[in-house]
Amino acid sequence: MFTGELLMNAIVSGLLIGGFYAAVALGLSITFGYLEIVNIAHPTFVIFGSYVTYIINLHLGFDPVLAGLMTAPVFFLLGMFLYRFYYVSFERAGQEPLNGLAFFFGLMFTVEVLLILVYGVDYRLVSAPYIGQTWHLGFVDFPLRMTVPFVVATTMTLAVYLFLSKTFVGRAIKAVSQDRLALQLMGADPVRIKQYAMGIAIATAAMAGSLLIIIGPVEPSVGRLYIGRVFAIVVLGGMGSVGGTLIAALLIGVVESFVATFYGPSWAPAVSFGLLFVTLALRPQGMFGRA
Amino acid sequence: MGRFWIIAATVFLAGLLFTGTVDNEFYFFSGYVILQGMIMATAWNILGGFTGYVNFGSAGFFAVGAYTSIALNQAFELPLPILILAGGLVCGLIGLATGYLTLRLKGIYFAISTLAMAIVFETFVNNWEYVGGAAGAYVLTQVDKLFFASHVELLFMVMLMIAIAAVALARYLSTSRIGQGLTAIRDDELAAECMGVPTLRLKLISATAMGVFMGMAGAPYPFFVTFVDPISAFSLFIAVNAIAMPLIGGTKFWYGPVIGALVLGLTQEITTVTISSELNLLIVGVVLIGFITLAPGGIAGLVQDFRRSRKG
Repeated sequence: MFTGELLMNAIVSGLLIGGFYAAVALGLSITFGYLEIVNIAHPTFVIFGSYVTYIINLHLGFDPVLAGLMTAPVFFLLGMFLYRFYYVSFERAGQEPLNGLAFFFGLMFTVEVLLILVYGVDYRLVSAPYIGQTWHLGFVDFPLRMTVPFVVATTMTLAVYLFLSKTFVGRAIKAVSQDRLALQLMGADPVRIKQYAMGIAIATAAMAGSLLIIIGPVEPSVGRLYIGRVFAIVVLGGMGSVGGTLIAALLIGVVESFVATFYGPSWAPAVSFGLLFVTLALRPQGMFGRA
Repeated sequence: MGRFWIIAATVFLAGLLFTGTVDNEFYFFSGYVILQGMIMATAWNILGGFTGYVNFGSAGFFAVGAYTSIALNQAFELPLPILILAGGLVCGLIGLATGYLTLRLKGIYFAISTLAMAIVFETFVNNWEYVGGAAGAYVLTQVDKLFFASHVELLFMVMLMIAIAAVALARYLSTSRIGQGLTAIRDDELAAECMGVPTLRLKLISATAMGVFMGMAGAPYPFFVTFVDPISAFSLFIAVNAIAMPLIGGTKFWYGPVIGALVLGLTQEITTVTISSELNLLIVGVVLIGFITLAPGGIAGLVQDFRRSRKG
């Protein structure tokens, strides 16, 4: 059973899916790490993004990645609006811990039910020329439906990393959680900066959604599987660390792939949750986080 | 002390009278569902409302209670009261363990761990063939219906008793000295800790009590539906209701979840019958968001504000 060939393939497919997990976790890492907003509805926005991509692909015939790029600006505005709403309803009133959490929980549930009401629980999929093709490098398989999302996801992660470390707005987003007053003295409005941050986070969800539906068919409740996974990645990577998020995502991808290959796919969901639980109990600041 | 127990006894006797006079089983099915929601909501509120630690994994506790009952019933065919106690015991221990591991951290980590815990248990049950695995299990053994006309009437009365016990405990926890400590934790945990409130111990008491009652709410479920699979037992709907009912009723009061369960539960039963069950789900989500944003104190909070404004 335990052959080198199987092992290599498990590692590669784990890395490919892990790169995609980074795209899903990236937005949460920003909101959780820099805004201290626990958006447990984030995976639901990813699914929502998948459905928008599905509609664009079905009716206009655009490539799913292109559809994702088209959706991202709209989701950016949606994210900005969402933060505004959150700020006015909870943050300003100082009731974010319990009610803010419950709000996103309610939002997650509502969006999921709306998608079920409109599209039913059937699996939806997109068509693109590369889906179904596989490149072979020796005995290692590179299915393009995994490779394309991997490339797009890592590119996006790198872009967000550069944006956060090189631009004024990016640095302001990093600063807003550390010292609000200092940021105001630098001439930046914290609420607007947070709005941008939330916008970027939800925009990455749109891209991740388009990648999700390339990888495989999507139905509304798929998002739930990702909640634990993305939280595991974000906590493991140390919140707000983009590099840490990518490494943690690749790690979880590989571990899941190992468990699926050698123990059976039905055990895979428990991996990330188990890891999350252990991390929280032993080292809640994550591998790369500040204590 | 006196008035609460008189009301509780009256409710219990009214329940008995109800089973004696009404024949239409539908009312008992609906009543069972509403009472199940009430127990879950009251249990959730003991930790979530009183201390501010949000449990997203209510469905996990509920399902573990249900599956404990299925497993023990298959192995030993134990009577229902023992199964309910066993479900409560197992889930109480899980609540204690989860709390011990994560309640020392910030509230959000506890929230995420409960979510994680529910999925770990679901994966475990999916792979556990003895209780049916992913395909689910039929529970064909019937509980002894005693002097009731049907099984559902008995189960209805069982749930009524658990609900009264849950509400009584919630009331005790919120009105006693423990309750003052819990409120202090919710308002400012650090300050409470500094004033010598044993915060961890109080949180663990709450988490255990929450687990016990969620497990007890789940234990009779297999006998109520006769077919249980992981999807229905770990349903997100159960978790959402357990959060929505206290928030709608008012999380700061022990009777908040009772009000929430009656209002939301009745609305759900009516919409399921008259319109559709999908719309019923949508209503829960929308009403939940509406209450959180517009009336964070819930119905009980609104009533309190109204009384105060009339006095002042």
